[in-house]
Amino acid sequence: MLKIRAPQSAIRDSEFIVLAKPFWICLSLPFIAVMASEPARAAGKLNVVASTTDMAALAQEVGGDRIAVESVARGYQDPHYVEAKPSYLLLLRRADLLVLVGLELEMGWLPPLSTQSGNPKIQVGASGYFDASRFAQILEIPTTVVTRAMGDVHPLGNPHYWLEPENGRRIARGIAGKLAEMRPQDAAYFQQRYQAFDQKLKQAEQTWEAQMRPFRGRKVVTYHNSWPNFAQRFGLNVVGYVEPRPGIPPGPAHTVELIGLMKREGVKVILVEPYFDLRTPNSIAAATGARVVVLMPSVGGEKQITDYFKLFDYDIKLLTDAFKQ
Amino acid sequence: MLRLARLRFRAPVVFLLIVGLWAFGGCPLRAQESGQMAAQIKALEARLRVLEAEVQALKGGPAAPAVATAPAPAPLPVYGGSAAMSKVLNPDISVIGDFLGSAGRNSVRPVPALEMHETEVGFQAIIDPYARGDFFLTFGEQGVGLEEGYITFTALPAGLVAKAGKFRSAFGKVNTLHNHILPWTDRPMMTDNLVGGEDGINDAGASLTRAFAGPRNLFLEATGQIFRGDSEGLFKSSRKSDLAVVGHLRAYKDLSESTNLDIGGSYARGHNELGSSFLTNLYGIDATLRWKPLRRAIYHSFLARSEFVWSNREEAVGAQRAFGFYTSGEYRLNRRWTVGGRYDRTGRADNAAFTDSGASALLTYWPSEFSQIRWQYRFARYAEKTDANELRLQFLFSLGAHGAHPF
Repeated sequence: MLKIRAPQSAIRDSEFIVLAKPFWICLSLPFIAVMASEPARAAGKLNVVASTTDMAALAQEVGGDRIAVESVARGYQDPHYVEAKPSYLLLLRRADLLVLVGLELEMGWLPPLSTQSGNPKIQVGASGYFDASRFAQILEIPTTVVTRAMGDVHPLGNPHYWLEPENGRRIARGIAGKLAEMRPQDAAYFQQRYQAFDQKLKQAEQTWEAQMRPFRGRKVVTYHNSWPNFAQRFGLNVVGYVEPRPGIPPGPAHTVELIGLMKREGVKVILVEPYFDLRTPNSIAAATGARVVVLMPSVGGEKQITDYFKLFDYDIKLLTDAFKQ
Repeated sequence: MLRLARLRFRAPVVFLLIVGLWAFGGCPLRAQESGQMAAQIKALEARLRVLEAEVQALKGGPAAPAVATAPAPAPLPVYGGSAAMSKVLNPDISVIGDFLGSAGRNSVRPVPALEMHETEVGFQAIIDPYARGDFFLTFGEQGVGLEEGYITFTALPAGLVAKAGKFRSAFGKVNTLHNHILPWTDRPMMTDNLVGGEDGINDAGASLTRAFAGPRNLFLEATGQIFRGDSEGLFKSSRKSDLAVVGHLRAYKDLSESTNLDIGGSYARGHNELGSSFLTNLYGIDATLRWKPLRRAIYHSFLARSEFVWSNREEAVGAQRAFGFYTSGEYRLNRRWTVGGRYDRTGRADNAAFTDSGASALLTYWPSEFSQIRWQYRFARYAEKTDANELRLQFLFSLGAHGAHPF
């Protein structure tokens, strides 16, 4: 009896099947995929993903062998302009903790990555979301109305704050606290690592300060405004920038003005980040008799800069050599 | 001296405010509130440093090098001090203008000499700990449309990401892109002829995506989407069950630090405007090769992209099978200039015997990240044996905080 059906309904049924098949295939594909299991995670270790190598280096200092750290941006890459490559999604998906610089430095690439990562742990405000800027001393927080006539300014303050050992200490302390919260059984280990880092940093700071002391108050020009924290700490006087405004490429009028300024002020050193073209700085140097120094703003900018200490070792060596000449 | 006295008076006031806020912060506030409080305190601390520096400067002592920006003029009231404070809990708002000028003749697809082609207004924010929301309204010359408006669920288990609302479907590459991030002033002819024109497959529906790690660091992603079935010029839903579906599979691989390859396959299916019993099936393949050296990312890059689409449109008598593709490339010469080109060739969905083809040359200038001027010379040879030569000029300009787009 069941076989007897009105022709019309038969048509409708078959039509439904035609419609339903690809629909269910499409919809169930991702679910099927879930079944295909992921490669096993590093057993027992907390997976920490940092947006930049500096945050990764600080996390490594306090996390030791209890964490596995990876960073998204490379040390020689402009952290403002990282591409949100899908391969980073896989990195973020595995993360238990995301450490970021914040202050809108990663605004152009981190939000779409974390949104698409499918990892609830590292979403904004979740327990695995760690904005390091909350622990650091931030300079240049605008106190007047910010417009883009000023260029690509950061309305929350200058995000290059890790270039100051005291901020490195604060961030490390923050990360140690966070790790202890996530792994209470290892809290003592993280605390002990932080203290060792703190001690080592205190000694290193004395060395760096001694090396930089003869050059306190020296006037320099930098390409981008990446060094306010560094300059404040080590007594450099940044009198101008190769960029007319943050994020705006140098133009002839500004370059001429800058050359005039450098001659008037007797500026002999131009600091350039590794991701900027050297043509303009070189021509300015030729016109003013200054030296171009490619200073590394991040760990990993050069092969030998493998940790937070070596970053300052490297930069201060370059700087003092340049000032001596 | 008067000014100094005023500052002296103000600094303690600010200090008291900070202490007050700090004490207040001791109350068992919710995490979010205390986060805001911390930000406020930070802003206040910064203000205090500015004031101290000013006092120092006025005293003639060595200025504390706290803030290197232009010295703050008359101190502002603290509540409006920082941009972050003024937009607490407001969504990020952005406006992007797309102005087009055109010279030359095109009798098949005429465009006006000057037009404010589109104004896109975006509102984007995190909704709650589980989701974020994105709205893009487009103001054309005739009226307003919701280009996209959707919720993305970011806290689902098993690495799933779901979307619901009205959005551009994941069919291929170009269909997912807003006008302002296209590398051209127009869309490829293939989009016009086979994939529903400028708006493409853009409909109310739901989407589910998951990414997987494949072998050899291969990134794989599968997306399944279901729509009401109304995409103007392509799909039409004559009754409730006329849903449209879209599926997309993507494979991505970093060939080196600076080079990567992105390949996708897409499928779309819906009912066309002839009625419920007439389906249109679309199959697509897209391939993108990108090169961008990390040390010089803002100066040089290269991108080559092709998309191929096969359309099978059921009609009263048989089916129309049409094929179309475009292939394009762009090279960034320096921080400000990009050159590009595109070749188009495509049949027409409703008349596969007709084939249109065309070629474009492009030049783009970026005064800053937030504006762009683009010239496009476009030659088209339409199936009606008419040629069109056009020179198009585009100004794109953006205000506010526009969220980053997916890669």
